[in-house]
Amino acid sequence: MSAPTTYKRTTYKQPVSRLWFTKKRTYFLFVLRELSSIFVGWFSVFLMIMLYAIGRGEAAYQNFLNWAASPVVVVVNVVALAFLILHTVTWFALTPQAMDVRIGGRQVPRVKMVNVAGRTVPAATVVRVGGRRIPPGMVIASQYAGLIVVSAFIIWLVLR
Amino acid sequence: MTKRRLEPLLWLAFSGGGVVSAVFLPVLVLLFGLAIPLGWVRPDYNYLHAIFSFWLTRLVMLGLIVLMLFHWAHRFRYTLHDGLQLRRLEAPLAVLCYGGAVVGSLAALLIVLTI
Repeated sequence: MSAPTTYKRTTYKQPVSRLWFTKKRTYFLFVLRELSSIFVGWFSVFLMIMLYAIGRGEAAYQNFLNWAASPVVVVVNVVALAFLILHTVTWFALTPQAMDVRIGGRQVPRVKMVNVAGRTVPAATVVRVGGRRIPPGMVIASQYAGLIVVSAFIIWLVLR
Repeated sequence: MTKRRLEPLLWLAFSGGGVVSAVFLPVLVLLFGLAIPLGWVRPDYNYLHAIFSFWLTRLVMLGLIVLMLFHWAHRFRYTLHDGLQLRRLEAPLAVLCYGGAVVGSLAALLIVLTI
């Protein structure tokens, strides 16, 4: 009697280096874009510290300002600003691919299905108000218009 | 099963966080992260307190911070998972990221309620 044979999976899995993203410029840019989330997280914490200080009174707010003006925090916020601009630009550029905005007669938002690696998956949120598709350039431009309006409003609100 | 039911919700929070971050953060970082601390502009404390204690501002700040936290959690999770090939640490990474976002959201709620 021989011992029961154990079968191993024989599909070949190509080993991927941990530093795969340094191999190509587009890979590297992709990873930079993904790393922007760290600064989204950082700034959510920064905003919480600021709101906490504002809630504790003028002295606490002054302490917050002194901390926020320290070289390390300023450098982190400069880097954060660069990454968040990268996030804004790449996010706006991707929206027309994730959302198919249409204007015209039909009013049913539906999900377009596409074939990815043999599986049928929802490709994009199709916002349909009829037949004609809004060109991607216009979707992108309208987002920048929204960005400008929101930014102008916040600056006006805080500095008036 | 839970994972399957949660994934679309997490993606929705990631996506919503991506939108609000793209629209709000450049100006907020410029203003509150650099211009005000460095003294380029000096809004009065009482005026800032009045803005941020207004109920609508509190609500907007809470929503913004919660979405930002879940955007971070979802994207950072996959950055570590795929970027550093940490497939074996899938469960602890998910707990760490989404758990962090939940704790942060509760902290934000407390802070916003006590301004």
